[in-house]
Amino acid sequence: MLSVPCPWCGPRDETEFSYGGQAHVAHPAEPDALSDHEWSDYLFVRDNPRGPFAERWCHSAGCRRWFNAVRDTVTHSFLAVYRIGDPVPEIS
Amino acid sequence: MTAAPDGAPQEHPSWLWRNPDPKPSYDVVIIGAGGHGLATAYYLAAEHGITNVAVVERGWLAGGNMARNTTIIRSNYLWDASAGIYEHSLKRWEGLAEALDYDILFSQRGVLNLAHTLQDVREGIRRVNANRLNGIDAEWLDPQQVADVCPIVDISPDTRYPVLGATYQPRGGIAKHDHVAWAFARAADAMGVDLVQNCEVTGIDVDRGRVAGLRTSRGPITAGKVALCAAGHSSVLAGMAGLRLPIQSHPLQALVSELLEPVHPCVVMSNAVHVYVSQAHKGELVMGAGVDAYISYAQRGSVHTIERQMSAALELFPIFARAHVLRTWAGIVDVSPDASPILGLTPVEHLYVNCGWGTGGFKATPGAGSVYAHTIASDAPHPLNAPFSLERFTTGALVDEHGAAAVAH
Repeated sequence: MLSVPCPWCGPRDETEFSYGGQAHVAHPAEPDALSDHEWSDYLFVRDNPRGPFAERWCHSAGCRRWFNAVRDTVTHSFLAVYRIGDPVPEIS
Repeated sequence: MTAAPDGAPQEHPSWLWRNPDPKPSYDVVIIGAGGHGLATAYYLAAEHGITNVAVVERGWLAGGNMARNTTIIRSNYLWDASAGIYEHSLKRWEGLAEALDYDILFSQRGVLNLAHTLQDVREGIRRVNANRLNGIDAEWLDPQQVADVCPIVDISPDTRYPVLGATYQPRGGIAKHDHVAWAFARAADAMGVDLVQNCEVTGIDVDRGRVAGLRTSRGPITAGKVALCAAGHSSVLAGMAGLRLPIQSHPLQALVSELLEPVHPCVVMSNAVHVYVSQAHKGELVMGAGVDAYISYAQRGSVHTIERQMSAALELFPIFARAHVLRTWAGIVDVSPDASPILGLTPVEHLYVNCGWGTGGFKATPGAGSVYAHTIASDAPHPLNAPFSLERFTTGALVDEHGAAAVAH
C-alpha cells in the first residue's frame, strides 16, 4: 500500500485517499473555439508517463482536502506534494 | 525429444521457436510478443502470406500480461460492435487447438456474471437479450439456477450482497495462457516470422508522416510497417512517434491458491463485489481484483486491493475460507475511456495501434490478432475493428462497455 504524504496531515495509508488523475488540466477558456480534435484531446487524452507524473489526490477519509503530488509511476515514490494552484515544483 | 541448440539437458522440452538476431529490415515489425503480438504475426503469415515479419519484445516471449491474466474467455458484451469482435474471437478459440495443432486446454465450462442489485438484474437481462439478438448464447438464471450451475456459490439471502441472478454464457470458459502463446509462437516461427526477445524499442522513426523504422537495444531496424501491441506500455511507444493515446496504465492484480481438488466447475464473475474466479486445470483457484486507482508501470499493486477482493470471494464462496494464497502479482493494463479497445490506423502512415483492452485482452487474442493482421496487410481496418478506431474519440461514436466490462472485463 502506498504511504501518501498529505501536506496537512502527514503520511497516511493510501486507503484514506481518493485519486484524481492528472493535475494541471485546465478547462478550456473558450470551449466553443475548440476544434473537434482539440475538444477530444481535452475530454479523453491525459498524460500517461513512465516516470514522474503530476497528479491529484484527495484525503477523503482525513482532512478532505485536495492537493497535488509528483509521483514516479515506476517506483511509486512521491517526489513532491504541493497545493492546488501552485506550479509543478522542480524535481532535482 | 531433441536436445536444445545450446546442449541443455535432454529433459528440457524441445524449443518451439528459433531465437534469431534481428535482421536489418522487415516488411512488418510488431512491437510486443504477448498473445496479441504473436497472434497478429501468425495471421499475417497464415492468412495474408506476409512472412518477412519480426515480433520484437523488450523482455521474454509472453512474459507480460499474457503471463498475468486470469484466462477468462467470453463474448457477452452489450453493443453490436463488441459482439462482433468478441464473438469472432470466441469462434476462433473454438477451432484454435486444431488450427495450431497444439493443445491449449480450451475449456468451455461456462461463465456466470452475477447480479447483486436491482440495477445489476436489469442490466444483466438487457445484456442477455442484446446477446441473443446478436446470435450469442446467453441465458438469464435465477439464484437457484445459479446454484445448479455452480453449487459452491452462496445464494442465501442473508449475505451482504445477495445473489439475485446471473447472466450465463455456456460457451465461455478458460484456456491455458502459456500454451496459447507457445502455440502461436511455434506456428508463426515455422512460417518464417522472427521472434526477437530482449529487444527493447527505444525510438520510432517517422519520415514525412510515414513510419520508417525502429531504434532498438539490438540496433536499428527499418520497417515498412510497424504495429504496436504493447498493452500497458502503448502510450510510451506511441509517444516515440509523436502520438498521444487516450489510454491510462494501471496495475491489475490477481492471485492463485494452492492446488485443490476440483471444486469449482465454471467461471464466476461479479462486478458489484469486484471478483472473478475460476479453477485452473492444475487445481489452483485463480482470482482477479479490480485495477488499482493510480497510474503505474511497476507491475505491482497495493495489498488492500487484494484484501478486498479476497473478502468478496469469501462472501460468495464460504468454502474458500481455508484455502491459502500461493502468490499474487500484477500486470499493467491499458484502460481506455469507454472500456473498449483501440484497434486500427493512426495519424502516422503505416503505424498501427492495438491497445485499450484494459483488463480483458486475453479473450480477444485470436480475434484481435486476425483483424489486426487484416488491418496491417490491407492498410485499412477490417469491418469488425472499424468501430474501434482512434477517431471515435473525436467523432463521439464511443463503444461504452463499462457495464459488460467493468472490473471483470
